[in-house]
Amino acid sequence: MKVSLTVNGSKHKVDVPSNTLLVDILRDHLGLTGTHVGCDTSQCGACTVHLNGSSVKSCTILAGQAEGVHVTTIEGIGSVTDLHPMQAAFRDRHALQCGFCTPGMIMSAIDLVNTSKGLDNRAVREGLEGNICRCTGYHNIVAAVLQAAEVMQGSSDE
Amino acid sequence: MSNADTGIGASVKRREDLRFITGEGTYTDDLNQPGQTYAAFVRSPYARARIDAIDVSDALNVDGVIMILTGADMAADGLGDLPCGWMVKQKDGSDMVTAPHPPLATELVNYVGEPYALVIADSRHAARQGAEAVMTDFHELNPVVNLASAAQSEQIHAGIPDNRAYDWELGDKPATEAALAGAAHITRLDLINNRLIPNAMEPRAALGVYEKGTGDYTLYTTSQNPHLERLVLSAFVQVAPEHKLRVVAPDVGGGFGSKIFVYAEETAVIWAAAKVGRPVKWVADRSESFLADAHGRDHVTHVELGLDQSGRFVGLKVQTTANLGAYLSLFGSAVPTYLYGTLLAGQYRTPNIYVEVQGVYTNTSPVDAYRGAGRPEATYVLERVVETAARELGRDPADLRRMNMIQPGDFPYQTPVALVYDIGDYEASLDRALEAIDYQGFPARRIASKDQGKRRGIGFACYIEACGLAPSQLAIQLGAGVGLYESGEIRLNPTGNATVFTGSHSHGQGHETTFAQIVSDKLGIPFDDVEVVHGDTGRVEFGLGTYGSRSLAVGGSALMMAGDKIIAKGRRIAAHLMQASVDDVSFEDGKFLLAASNQSVTIQEVAFAAYVPTSYPEDLEPGLSEKAFYDPKNFTYPAGTHIAEVEIDEATGEVDLVALVAVDDFGEIINPMIVEGQVHGGLAQGVGQALLEHGIYDEQGQLVTGSLMDYCMPRADNLPDFIVDTTITPCTHNPLGAKGCGEAGAIGSTAAVMNAVTDALGVKDLSMPATSEKVWRILKGE
Repeated sequence: MKVSLTVNGSKHKVDVPSNTLLVDILRDHLGLTGTHVGCDTSQCGACTVHLNGSSVKSCTILAGQAEGVHVTTIEGIGSVTDLHPMQAAFRDRHALQCGFCTPGMIMSAIDLVNTSKGLDNRAVREGLEGNICRCTGYHNIVAAVLQAAEVMQGSSDE
Repeated sequence: MSNADTGIGASVKRREDLRFITGEGTYTDDLNQPGQTYAAFVRSPYARARIDAIDVSDALNVDGVIMILTGADMAADGLGDLPCGWMVKQKDGSDMVTAPHPPLATELVNYVGEPYALVIADSRHAARQGAEAVMTDFHELNPVVNLASAAQSEQIHAGIPDNRAYDWELGDKPATEAALAGAAHITRLDLINNRLIPNAMEPRAALGVYEKGTGDYTLYTTSQNPHLERLVLSAFVQVAPEHKLRVVAPDVGGGFGSKIFVYAEETAVIWAAAKVGRPVKWVADRSESFLADAHGRDHVTHVELGLDQSGRFVGLKVQTTANLGAYLSLFGSAVPTYLYGTLLAGQYRTPNIYVEVQGVYTNTSPVDAYRGAGRPEATYVLERVVETAARELGRDPADLRRMNMIQPGDFPYQTPVALVYDIGDYEASLDRALEAIDYQGFPARRIASKDQGKRRGIGFACYIEACGLAPSQLAIQLGAGVGLYESGEIRLNPTGNATVFTGSHSHGQGHETTFAQIVSDKLGIPFDDVEVVHGDTGRVEFGLGTYGSRSLAVGGSALMMAGDKIIAKGRRIAAHLMQASVDDVSFEDGKFLLAASNQSVTIQEVAFAAYVPTSYPEDLEPGLSEKAFYDPKNFTYPAGTHIAEVEIDEATGEVDLVALVAVDDFGEIINPMIVEGQVHGGLAQGVGQALLEHGIYDEQGQLVTGSLMDYCMPRADNLPDFIVDTTITPCTHNPLGAKGCGEAGAIGSTAAVMNAVTDALGVKDLSMPATSEKVWRILKGE
């Protein structure tokens, strides 16, 4: 089937079998390999992207559901020379080790901060429950999200 | 940045992070080759069965399927078995009994998920469809699943009675039994160390490429030790000769031991690439990871600790049955023996210790090293029995430990179980941990919890581990198939920056940062001018890889040695440039100095002169590139105290880990930020074992916990913020004074948490994981 979608601001048309998942469109057809596949039961969250502004696990979206959507992936939120505050905070607080869960974790965390007020340690932990990290024990991820939240929510008030 | 910001001891932000946080990392599944095909494995649905016939005709008709290869095809090509790399000697001096382990099964399958064929197709989807269309006639056999009764069950492998790979012992049995007979008190405990499934977040993957024109093979794969992978694939499996095989482990998404081993899948993929004449790619589903990654732990143990009237430990006797799974994995034999029995002295002066271990085969996935590998199991046995002894005797668990601890003046300390500890200060860690958890305030907190219908408990673990594997001659004497040194090379480029090569591999540990700090500090070269290369047998001379918390202590030490050689040669060049005697030239902060005349040349100037030798010593080779192999003189002995505090809801049985303190002695620390991160991750895995994780097989040998929906991984809301701190006694025998920090968190925390849970419940034992259901049943008196 033919699917038209906008990814990181660029329009794309792909022709894929109807059982293709959004994550496979991103990785295999658009070459956006920053979005990872860590499981086959929609449990790990490594494939999290933003769909029309909200975080979704891209392994749960079929090609047909992607028609006309706006997708933002880890490649679309910042670059090495212009990091998103969440990316900067993850590095600053050593919130990643192997880096495999990191793109999904960052995308979930941005949505969490965008949709929450008065985040505290507990709220961040509960908000990230859908993303598994095997390396960090989450301690530094929580610290990074709280640090980024201050920056993001501070700037949004301006 | 000045060197103070980037040298040894500085929490330098990781340079590898920039690619990971922007989605620019390159993991194996991110790599693709022109003309690439896809492999799917056909796996046994039975725990034990005979293969009577394989019919591939339907599968070959699936659109897109190119070729189907079976175990028989592999055998016909003369490929060898997957080896076990550590020969364990039995009590009677005989070798352990090893079952043949063909990469693809031929006649018998011995665990659910064991591969026996692979389908190569144009797409991942077609390969999977083809795999499902392979029709196999199996004759089911009775599986051996229960560890405790495996010896009395049907024989899995021909020629291996009692399903026993080995019956191993260490220590003085008569002396230990005599000590126990004379003890004023004996504490006995039966313990199960639950099976764990590693679950690195990146599933294993392989991409095999064969160049017809040259006969060169390249294997991109998720490995913690690409050179060892190449060695095994060439020397044992004989896929390709070593000089024609390049193994690349690019960015690897976590390992925790599970990516040390050489598996069937990458073996088959690189072999198939030549058969098909096109690149072959395979990426595991998480379901495959559950079935086919080597699992961890899985022991049944009886332990007896004897104490005298004053509470001094007089003897420790341990009997363990260790599940090895269906086949001996690469280091599977060593984990429950040399990495376990040798650690049973812990931090204590127990004079008599005896341990015997039966290693048995079962029809389950092979069991091998998982974070800590033997040392968490040893710590669990020792620290559970010590805590239980304290409770039985009405002693404070911290005080009982303290009176038995090896003291700073006792080092070097020869334990009764083979190791010689070089240094430590165990009370220093204990004291710091007691302070951090506010031990004095615990009774009041316990009362406060009780007032809210909750039970509070506290638990300790004072652990030791042997890291920095390993002195090669000792390891080989004990059965290792390879030396366990590490290589390092520092190549100064003509423009004065440095390319550093290490045989160690980073899959989350941050070597690209830490090792650059070491070289920058050693040679006075700016941090940003040092590039670290690892994970490619085509670029790095040799290496043994990363496991057992060895990278810094062994790989880092090799770089220090290479740095010494650079300085030594640089002094000769500098002496020539300054028209001085070599003996008068010293080196400091990147400068070669001549004290008498106050002259100096920088290391960059020396590097330039080495490559553009206009003025150069006549008898010296041009170039400034030096390599070193560092072979450790002893193991390193990180140690520390972990204390857990839990609160249990009487209504639900839910265990809330309210505090977890870890005070560790890792020797000298290069990057404190990275070390803390390593401890955090280890703690999470240790807590996971105690409270959440359990790999369970049913009676038929089917893996019940075969997905992330069934196997409970620690998530952010299962864990507290951790309280971590360090004490330092520098390692006495390596140039960095470093001991290693990768596994400690997973070694001490499990016992600490279970000691806290049993303390809260007032029970002697409770099998891990302490789920709310189990705890609730205990609270209800069931």
